[in-house]
Amino acid sequence: MPARSVSAIQVCGVRKSFRRRERDAGAPFWKIAAPKDKVALHELDLVVEPGGITGILGPNGSGKSTLIRIVGTLLTPDAGTARVFGWNVVTQALEVRRHVNRVSVEAAFFKELSPWENMVYAARLYGYTGVRSRVVEILESLGLPGDAIDQPMKQLSRGQQQKVAIARSFLTAPSLLLMDEPTTGLDPRSKKEVQTVLERLRAEREITVLLCTHDMDEAAALCERVLMMDGGRVLADGSPGELCREHGASTLEDVFMDLTGKTLEAEELEEAPT
Amino acid sequence: MVGIRRNELGAVLGFAQRQMYVYRRYWVWEVVWLFYSIVSVLSIGFLASGLGKLGAGGAGFDLHRAQLYLLVGALLWGYLSLVFMEAAYAIAWERWGGTIEYTFMAPVRRMTHLMGICLFAVVYGLVRTFIVLVVAVAIFDIDFSHANIAGTLVVLAAATVPLIGLAILTSVLPLLSPQKGEQMSFAVQGFMLLVSGVYYPLTVLPAPLQVAGAASPLTYALAGMRRSLLEGAGVGEQVPTVGILVGMGAVLIPLGILVFSWAERRAKRLGLLKRSG
Repeated sequence: MPARSVSAIQVCGVRKSFRRRERDAGAPFWKIAAPKDKVALHELDLVVEPGGITGILGPNGSGKSTLIRIVGTLLTPDAGTARVFGWNVVTQALEVRRHVNRVSVEAAFFKELSPWENMVYAARLYGYTGVRSRVVEILESLGLPGDAIDQPMKQLSRGQQQKVAIARSFLTAPSLLLMDEPTTGLDPRSKKEVQTVLERLRAEREITVLLCTHDMDEAAALCERVLMMDGGRVLADGSPGELCREHGASTLEDVFMDLTGKTLEAEELEEAPT
Repeated sequence: MVGIRRNELGAVLGFAQRQMYVYRRYWVWEVVWLFYSIVSVLSIGFLASGLGKLGAGGAGFDLHRAQLYLLVGALLWGYLSLVFMEAAYAIAWERWGGTIEYTFMAPVRRMTHLMGICLFAVVYGLVRTFIVLVVAVAIFDIDFSHANIAGTLVVLAAATVPLIGLAILTSVLPLLSPQKGEQMSFAVQGFMLLVSGVYYPLTVLPAPLQVAGAASPLTYALAGMRRSLLEGAGVGEQVPTVGILVGMGAVLIPLGILVFSWAERRAKRLGLLKRSG
């Protein structure tokens, strides 16, 4: 268990860009496109103290998933440093990984395997024993029917898959849980169920949660602190109530509108893949 | 320290067990692949039987020995190529499952990850090859009465070491190129089939390919196992072959791990882990 006096996350001047070669429309196949850099994060500074749920809000392409991946040791920053409970995410990645787990929008599972088989695999990777009674207990506490434990994951609904993903993270007892859009694409009922699980998590466990979402209502309901991001920069940082007061807004959506001059929905449509 | 080692051992078993679960779910595919393996070996066996009809049974040509030579090559290639491809697909499996980021976030060393996959590959390869061997022996009435089984097993075990090193090196390809890496693994496998003396002695190859064959550990593995199976070479006579194979493994495994670590750092720098196409 990491020391309580150390920040859960400490990000100093982190910058990340991606180089892509995109062929111009109509260009001949033999012509190699010139690489273009797209900056995902601009010299980001962030400190998150242990405990509670911190929300990262922003549209697609705002840099929130890049931030999650850097903290989760899946991406290396181009500049700056990121630490998790004092451990450097690049040079001490193995230590970082012992204390972090991630629930992502894709619910990364072997879909042919059952929740039980996926949980046994996760438990072995994290040095725990996958005791069936414990797995059943966790899954049932999340409202998953008992007979689902041996069905292939692909036969479960998206909401049920996300619950298994959350259960899998519980099994490994992380100190920092990175949740990358855990409710995106879920139907309203599944979304509500996952949000209820998060509320219980906040109430019952000593855990720090970094929640990436573009659902402003979800952030307002769950997060003690919210960072609004756009174009790889943090535009605002505070509790949902503070942000609304500062911007004379009634919702976080209005705060985002006030900060960027655009609505989050319009941004989503602009960035949706064709 | 002991706790960490126990965790790593548990993780090795975890990767192997996960592969077993996956194969169990895809058991129909595995039956199809097993059928394909059996048919391939039988085809080579019948090709060897047909050599006599094609006039290859003249003076100085030992037809029975040629049959055994080809059959042993087909069986051993079946095992070695299976282990190679299973291990080489360590990353490809993660990309297919969409689990690559989850696995790379797990608190285990990459060596642990790769060894877990290799452990399953070896056990699975042995089981499947044994089934093919049983069928081949039953159909072709193969006479292994002169074979030295201990010598064969020693070379087989030693051959697995450099093979794992080669497989780790090849498993890097899907990390370097998410789109083309998997297909490149097949190209490497095909080249090894060409130069390693699976179905013919190296001397029939052009000089540049003979050089490539001399660098392939499979060449020594196949030659060594043929000596034990066809000529009865014992463990003592296989010491030079075992030395070459273990020596190659001592270079290839650390080299594979080093190259893999470099490729992982590159993938994290360029953001290639998430991309699947």
